[in-house]
Amino acid sequence: MLHTYPKRVVVIMLVLTAIVAIFPLWGPAVFGAQSDFMMEKMTLMLILALFAMSLDLLVGIVGLVSLGHALFFGLGAYTLALASPAFSPAAIWWMAPLVMLVAALAALVVGFLVIRTRGIFFIMTTLAFGQMLYYFVSTSRHTGGTDGVFIMFRPSVEVGGAVLLDLDNPLTFFYVCLAMVVVGYLFLRWLTRSFFGQVLDGIHDNEHRMEALGYATGHYKLVAFVISGVMASLAGMLAAMQYGFANPSQLGWHTSGEVLMMLILGGMGTVFGPILGAFAYEILQHTFEHLTTHWPILMGITIILAVLILPRGIAGLIIDPPSRASLAKSSPLRWLKPGRAAPASEAVKPAAPAPREG
Amino acid sequence: MKTTVKKTALASLIGAGLAIGGVVNASDDPVKLGLMLPYTGTYAALGEAITNGLELAIARHGDQLGGRSVEYVKLDSEANPSRAPQNMSRLVRGDNVDFVIGPVHSGVAMGMLRVAQQTGAITIIPNAGLGAATNELCMPNVFRTSFSMWQDSYPMGKVAYDRGHRRVVTITWDYAGGKEDIAGFEQAFTEEGGEILQQILVPFPSTEFQSYLAQIGSLRPDAVYTFFAGGGGVSFVRDYAASGLKDSIQLLGSGFLTDGNLAAIGEAGEGVLTTLHYAETLDTPQNRAFVEAYQAAYGDMPDTYAVQGYDTGMMLVQAMEAVGGDTSDQDRLITALSNIQLDSPRGPLAFSDSHHPIQNVYLREIRNGRHEVVGIAHENLEVPDEACNM
Amino acid sequence: MDLAFFSVQLLNGLQYGLLLFLIASGLTLIFGIMGIINLAHGAMYMIGAYLVYDLTFRLGSFWLAILAAIPVAIALGLIIERLFLDTLYKRDHLYQVLLTFGLILVLNEAQRIIWGGDVHSVPVPELFSGRIQLTDNLQYSHYRLFVMGVCLALAGVIYWVIRHTRLGIIIRAGAVNRDMVEGLGINVRTLFTLIFSVGVALTAFAGMIAAPLTSIAPGMGDSILITCFVVVVIGGIGSIKGAFWGAILIGMAETFGSVLIPSLASMVIYLIMAAVLLVKPRGLFA
Repeated sequence: MLHTYPKRVVVIMLVLTAIVAIFPLWGPAVFGAQSDFMMEKMTLMLILALFAMSLDLLVGIVGLVSLGHALFFGLGAYTLALASPAFSPAAIWWMAPLVMLVAALAALVVGFLVIRTRGIFFIMTTLAFGQMLYYFVSTSRHTGGTDGVFIMFRPSVEVGGAVLLDLDNPLTFFYVCLAMVVVGYLFLRWLTRSFFGQVLDGIHDNEHRMEALGYATGHYKLVAFVISGVMASLAGMLAAMQYGFANPSQLGWHTSGEVLMMLILGGMGTVFGPILGAFAYEILQHTFEHLTTHWPILMGITIILAVLILPRGIAGLIIDPPSRASLAKSSPLRWLKPGRAAPASEAVKPAAPAPREG
Repeated sequence: MKTTVKKTALASLIGAGLAIGGVVNASDDPVKLGLMLPYTGTYAALGEAITNGLELAIARHGDQLGGRSVEYVKLDSEANPSRAPQNMSRLVRGDNVDFVIGPVHSGVAMGMLRVAQQTGAITIIPNAGLGAATNELCMPNVFRTSFSMWQDSYPMGKVAYDRGHRRVVTITWDYAGGKEDIAGFEQAFTEEGGEILQQILVPFPSTEFQSYLAQIGSLRPDAVYTFFAGGGGVSFVRDYAASGLKDSIQLLGSGFLTDGNLAAIGEAGEGVLTTLHYAETLDTPQNRAFVEAYQAAYGDMPDTYAVQGYDTGMMLVQAMEAVGGDTSDQDRLITALSNIQLDSPRGPLAFSDSHHPIQNVYLREIRNGRHEVVGIAHENLEVPDEACNM
Repeated sequence: MDLAFFSVQLLNGLQYGLLLFLIASGLTLIFGIMGIINLAHGAMYMIGAYLVYDLTFRLGSFWLAILAAIPVAIALGLIIERLFLDTLYKRDHLYQVLLTFGLILVLNEAQRIIWGGDVHSVPVPELFSGRIQLTDNLQYSHYRLFVMGVCLALAGVIYWVIRHTRLGIIIRAGAVNRDMVEGLGINVRTLFTLIFSVGVALTAFAGMIAAPLTSIAPGMGDSILITCFVVVVIGGIGSIKGAFWGAILIGMAETFGSVLIPSLASMVIYLIMAAVLLVKPRGLFA
């Protein structure tokens, strides 16, 4: 876990955020009639970025690989769907806290059970709980079953009868999602630099040492699990709001796999990496789908190459750009030869801050 | 420097994805058909058959719709409902298609309908059989050229009773489509006075049927009514035959149990009775011509899905003819589409006020590896659409 | 539930469990020895089934098809291990999950390109096409009995290899402590390649002998994958004995669960897994 980034990370992220934020200004010029659709797509990427970031807390920072994170994403979507009144918009003032509360309770229960397991068993138990909710939602008569459920109105933001934010307006919704990502990012950065974050970092490095030092590591992991789940549920709520639709496939393990992919593509443990990863993943899929109906092959190959060649993701490239010398050394073939893989420690998590480039 | 390169690459990447398809919508431009069908995964065969049928219909009319050339924009629906709204939106808002054709999967249909409702895009459903699409959720801009689960199973209820079956076990997957299908059969069968001994729901998409077959054996019903499709249909029919139940208990099913899969089912299918709105053996001039043309074009026997695609194409051909290729007046286009009557390979086809096909449902028996038509189980069947107000 | 019905279901649960064991055995070997999570395991099962479908029609014999398909499966395992997994052994599970997730996409799509999206089947071989009468209206295919026999025999062979051969000692040692095996001067590279190929071949073989009992369709591997993981985790990762009893337990639970508690049928295996891990966080036989 890095506590200080090279300055260029901050600069790049600020510039990218600004570019996204002023999309309404340049979008129409670049995309013409497709500008509205691009903004919608970007809104979706922002939502996925929030989702991927929430998982980074668990995977990148605490070191717990979850293959069931879609559970909370879907839970957010379904809580919104089921709690929304049928004929009028729900107030976001109580909808968002309700979603968070439900997710927090679920994360507490699930977390209490899964935190006891480690490594591969953690992967499998999270997967099991994700699948349980998936099947429950798929077969229950109250959730609309496999066909999913419509949410006819978006929650509104009103104060004393005056509509402050009209979330039905795509532009407003876009900025709400952007704000959520920025707030989420700042929160996670603050959290990782706090005392709590230091302990989590210590657990990632060596849980036994932290235990020996007297930390109740289980409690710390559980709290991280809950925070992560709550953030994911907010992303799920936004996703359900965007089109007014919730479906069990949002809960399935494929969704969990995809968000893990965004995380690794962007670079885990960096908080900002998953944001880039979510954008990159969606842009790749968008492009491949237009190229060929055999797009899964391209997607699969990209995933494989990313794992083999870019284990630290896009963020790794930014934090520690490959110098000319190292580029010359690493012919692609090197990765196919046995016994010369990147050192484990370096690959698993970003090591010490990179030397600044002159 | 590095970031500039990155951003340029990013922009060109987005550009490449979106560059396909123009922006303007003048009437001398091609008509854009957005196909949102599964081209990968479990349902890929259905997506391909529908596309074949659709392209065949339009090709037989000079590859034109109302005097304009046709451009197909194919997007893999992945049969993934959670991606359905964004995929639909991409076709409508991103590619600016004139018509959206899709999907196969009912969950995807739900997601598409949401965007169809928000955008008003004209959508023709060439398969997905969820009842709500032309009932509770009906919309002026949404049409269906296929069936509803209820429509294909309801006629079997009377057939089963008339054949002397009084006590029946129903079995399907525990998912929306299966449950809707079974409900249609159970409604008709109990209306006639029959008794449903048990309704068995199998976890979706499991194809491990042995324990359910033992259950059926011990219940000793007069007949079994089932809905499974694809690999599940093949497995169930084969397992049913291998368990010997077929010798003592008649197997009834929705036509989807065996449609498109006769070769894979093989001998196990002989004697199975199903109801569906089409059979490839229908002895009408329209069907003979269609089967011949389809075989000439693709070398395969067409199935129900191909006919649904074909009728979608025919519907577009006629409607675009009626409006002279002008897609700018949507109300006129919708009126033209609603008034279509087709001399389809499946028989006469008209559309109800909720834009659902009014069609014959045939009783078919598998003999010598073919769906032979035993008779019309229900003529010009209209589906209930009381909940539709538009 | 009368006795006859109960016995029939016992037989069904046993047969399903034994097949599950065969599919899961490769997974647990690869897990235990190599520490690799192979999400593409279900795809190997699918490929086995498709291979035998393809070759049965080419060669005209189911048995010849199996003989011809096994080397193909072994070769596939070899290629995947050498090309992709080699760099992953020392990395976090996360990378293995993702790489094999990518492999699923590639293999599923390759299946569609080679064999198309249609559903296929393989006829039950002539030799075992007979049936025995279980109850007055229920029969049981000889081929199902044959499959049970094959699974039991293979379970025996695997058990014997692990208990009584030098390779088995290495495998057992490797499951407990991989570094120690390396320290003993055993060529871990070759061992890993061997194990992975055998694991893939076992799974593909399960797909092959299951082919006449099931329908061969795109995505058939995806649904079996998660069930296999549940089996392996319940039994304890790397334990062949655990995989065996885990598979029988899951086979029985699915068979009886669907009859006794139909409303929970789809969730029952996950409930069992969660319960087992609560009591024994490392599985029953770890």
